Amino acid sequence: MGKTLEEINQKIRRGDVVVVTAEEMVDVVAEKGPKKAAQEIDVVTTGTFGAMCSSGLMMNLGHSKPRIKFGGGQVRLNRVPAYAGLAAVDIYLGATALPDEDPRNAVFPGEFRYGGGHVIEDLVAGRQVLLEATTYGTDCYPRRQISTYVTLKEMNEAYLFNPRNSYQNYNVAVNKSDRTIYTYMGALKPRLSSANYCSAGQLSPLLNDPAYRTTGIGTRIFLGGGIGYVAWQGTQHSPGAKRNELGIPVAGAGTLAVVGDLKQMTARWLRGASFRGYGTTLMVGLGIPIPVLDEELAASTGASDADIQASVIDYSQTYPNREPDVIARVSYAELKTGTIQVDGKSIPTTPLSSYPLAREVAGTLKDWITSGKFELTSPAALIPGPETGAVMGPMPDHAPTEAAVS
Amino acid sequence: MSVSHKVVLHFPPAVVEQPVIYHLSRDYDLAFNILKASISPQEEGLMVIELSGDEPDFRRASDYLMKQGVRLQPLLQDIRRNDDRCVHCGACVGVCPSEALTLERPTMRVIFRADECVACGECVPTCPVRAMELHF
Repeated sequence: MGKTLEEINQKIRRGDVVVVTAEEMVDVVAEKGPKKAAQEIDVVTTGTFGAMCSSGLMMNLGHSKPRIKFGGGQVRLNRVPAYAGLAAVDIYLGATALPDEDPRNAVFPGEFRYGGGHVIEDLVAGRQVLLEATTYGTDCYPRRQISTYVTLKEMNEAYLFNPRNSYQNYNVAVNKSDRTIYTYMGALKPRLSSANYCSAGQLSPLLNDPAYRTTGIGTRIFLGGGIGYVAWQGTQHSPGAKRNELGIPVAGAGTLAVVGDLKQMTARWLRGASFRGYGTTLMVGLGIPIPVLDEELAASTGASDADIQASVIDYSQTYPNREPDVIARVSYAELKTGTIQVDGKSIPTTPLSSYPLAREVAGTLKDWITSGKFELTSPAALIPGPETGAVMGPMPDHAPTEAAVS
Repeated sequence: MSVSHKVVLHFPPAVVEQPVIYHLSRDYDLAFNILKASISPQEEGLMVIELSGDEPDFRRASDYLMKQGVRLQPLLQDIRRNDDRCVHCGACVGVCPSEALTLERPTMRVIFRADECVACGECVPTCPVRAMELHF
């Protein structure tokens, strides 16, 4: 007999809810089995902390006197361009945006010292940021340029809207070429001499709810140190990706679009980041609580690093050319030992997703729930699951077709 | 005038199997003391070495190394970690040649042991959050 989400929330209010992290749940399920674990445990908390490029900040800056309309003009924050194609003073700043004057990869590998992710970190840390805008004047918005300092506190709204976060599993990146390559998966040494992976494995949110049974639109989450919500499935959401016998994807699969008030968040959980030779991004701390409604959810939250595999991909040829080849599949348990065996070769591994901070996210969320400050929500709607078979498609690259012309 | 320099040599894969250090000693009369080396056949190599000898010989030896495709970099003074910035992502561990940066298991925290550091500087631009800092 399962329990309902409302019963769990009543326990949270009463103060007798039983919460464990996904890491702790591995031991609980191993020791007691999923049936008993489902009876004893009410909520499992997950966490992840890593670079998530599809992240950005939606802002309303308030109106200047006289008024200015950014739409159709250009806006920069600390020289980093923001998107202004919206109403007068609404702008969106993406994590990978770079100042026009950044040399990028002109001298390879470029350093990418400062971009959109760093502006977001500066704002959340309370620092003043230089806003510069030029635009055309109208009868109702006569002002054509402005240069002023803004802070997060003074903004009317500032919320993260991250179109793709919390990837359910990810590639292990290797390099078969003869030279070091510089990727969003870090620097990769030549001839299979390093392997970089990027998932919290057994702590990772969607790997604990592999069929998105409890994580859907409206699910309340930990985002950047504050409270956020799942807004939609993320871009490139591919629930139909190949799965193992436990139903856990063996490559990047589901993703989430998430939203949350930046004013509640902290710089500890949102870090501007620079990947040498690649660009800037934002490191995000994100955690999702999973209500243990039944035995199946106890089993999936109890899955360990040994139960979760990732695909080893060559980032010198296969990835850039969008080829399908997978060199090998390895478990997170193997990855975390520090070496994997591929083609008879022993390759040192490096994580790019912080496991210590993922653990801290899951622990913080556990404290919030146990202390009664965070109740669970039932999704307003589910996101497409494995049964849809949906996978992301490629970009078309051709002349207009008849169908498109007509 | 006699000089002594601590330098980092970056070897491209093709040069790794050449007896470069032998030539430094035989042809340029430099005394060498290898402080750290991370060199495997057919891979990019890195060596921290102290070279001593006459200044003109050292300059000619530098030209020789450049012609061989070996990048020569003066040894940096001091690398420190800003612990407030480090997020323990591990990106630095893969590029560190001297095991000064390692992952502690099972905590998966990145440990920095300054006494193992050869100050090659590889971690500085690799760290995504700029936690590894150069001090002179």
